[in-house]
Amino acid sequence: MNPLDELYQQVILEHARRPQNHGPQPVPPAFHAEGVNPSCGDEIEVWVTFADDGTIQKISFDGQGCAISQSAASVMTGKAGGLSPEGARGLIANFHDIVTGSAEVDFDQFGEMAAFAGVRQFPQRVKCAMLGWRALEQALKQAHPAP
Amino acid sequence: MNFPSPDWAAVRAQFPILTQVQDNGEPLLYFDSAASSQKPQVVIEALTRFYEHDNANVHRGFYELSARATEHYEAARGRVAHFIGAEDSEIVFTRGTTEAINLVAFAWCRKNLRPGDVILLTELEHHSNLVPWQLAAERHGATLRFVTVLGDDGSLDEAAVPGLLTEEVKLFAFPHISNSLGTITPAEDWCALARNRGIITLVDGAQSVGHIPVNVKELGCDFLAFSGHKICGPTGIGALYGTAQALADMPPFHGGGEMIESVQYERSTYREAPARFEAGTPPIAGAIGLAAACDYLAALGMEAIAAHDEILTARLVDTLNRIDGVRAIGPQGKRGALSSFIMDGVHPHDLVTFASGRGLALRGGHHCTQPLMRKLKLPGTARASLYFYNTEEEIDRLGEILTDTRRYFA
Repeated sequence: MNPLDELYQQVILEHARRPQNHGPQPVPPAFHAEGVNPSCGDEIEVWVTFADDGTIQKISFDGQGCAISQSAASVMTGKAGGLSPEGARGLIANFHDIVTGSAEVDFDQFGEMAAFAGVRQFPQRVKCAMLGWRALEQALKQAHPAP
Repeated sequence: MNFPSPDWAAVRAQFPILTQVQDNGEPLLYFDSAASSQKPQVVIEALTRFYEHDNANVHRGFYELSARATEHYEAARGRVAHFIGAEDSEIVFTRGTTEAINLVAFAWCRKNLRPGDVILLTELEHHSNLVPWQLAAERHGATLRFVTVLGDDGSLDEAAVPGLLTEEVKLFAFPHISNSLGTITPAEDWCALARNRGIITLVDGAQSVGHIPVNVKELGCDFLAFSGHKICGPTGIGALYGTAQALADMPPFHGGGEMIESVQYERSTYREAPARFEAGTPPIAGAIGLAAACDYLAALGMEAIAAHDEILTARLVDTLNRIDGVRAIGPQGKRGALSSFIMDGVHPHDLVTFASGRGLALRGGHHCTQPLMRKLKLPGTARASLYFYNTEEEIDRLGEILTDTRRYFA
């Protein structure tokens, strides 16, 4: 596959065209955070509602941006639901490794997230891929401030 | 046309970088000259020659090499001045347009801007002709006022300008040509209007100098800022033109060597302009490279360059508008050598990344004009900008690649 097709895999283009979990949630009970990419001005807002046991009950996003930022946020909302805060932090670290690391990505383990490994060849697009994920990180910080 | 037109294919061959095949195997199609232009052999050689033969610090050594470096540096000032119709003493070398504007925003404003004063700008401003004035206004209790943009054709509410130039306005700064939309402002009229009312003008010439003939005396501005790297010169060098009177009305900006007359531990006295504004070792090679670029452009002929730019730009805009789902943004008629455009359903970053895979160098994003993009409700645009070394075949190829891009994403 050429680098472009690897970057814009079908699963990424599909999520960009039809993002899941799109739209705001009432604040409170939801926590709200936004990610801004200063190099392009793209913004992604993320809303997270937590269950009583601290797990993520509902996560959604909204915003305008490129196919990479939109699809990465869409995939994120599909993966993060039901996770504990620690689990969500781990997922963010995993995704960061996928878009920046050099180790081979296990498709069985990461599913749709693995499609973003093509970003590695486009370092200037890492910020796009991480935009929604950084907003989730912020929302987690708000809900569970570090002791 | 009453000026000779160069053999543009031969001119293009003077730019070594343009013949390359990129790492991705595609030939380079360079359409980002508004961000930075490519360099002709003659400019590259001027830099090499300086470092091989004449390099030493300037204005300091009493030995031959330093004298020679100084002579070349000051001669460069004269050649750059001549290029825009200025006197040698009216040219301050800076790192580029941004530093030139900051120099005025610090030094001129420090002496002349008071609480309640107003700085007039346009809504087209590049961040570099906006943020320095925001900082200055904050320091001095002044406010900013803007000439309104009327639509995404890039037109400005020109009729409102006389009414906006009230007596609180102390300085009017505006772009000669907008970097994101290509709008050409009526700079001569505005400078004349402001001068009649005792208002100082600063023209951001980053996109006009080197593209159209610019003569500061005909323009009638008090300050003009421009960059070397956008006009075939090296990076890290640019110039601020200021009338003798305007430069004399500015206290120092950076302090250091070379800008002083006499230094004591407690205080110092300062030299006249332009030396007063060139603290420390200047970018000597850069200045010499910029002078070589100015000579090069003058030899091609600024009228010829402007006419060629215009032909290529018209073809570019026409090519963009013929592509299904693509819309060129900016003035319908005469415009700078660039066109922003949007493609339905395709974000500028994706467009630019895809096009890059085919060898095409475009800019995508807000082009350092975030407030303008927000006002026009655009999530950024893609931008193709050109210079006299681009060809009609390249523009046709750009059209094909963008057609493929749309098919890929839509």
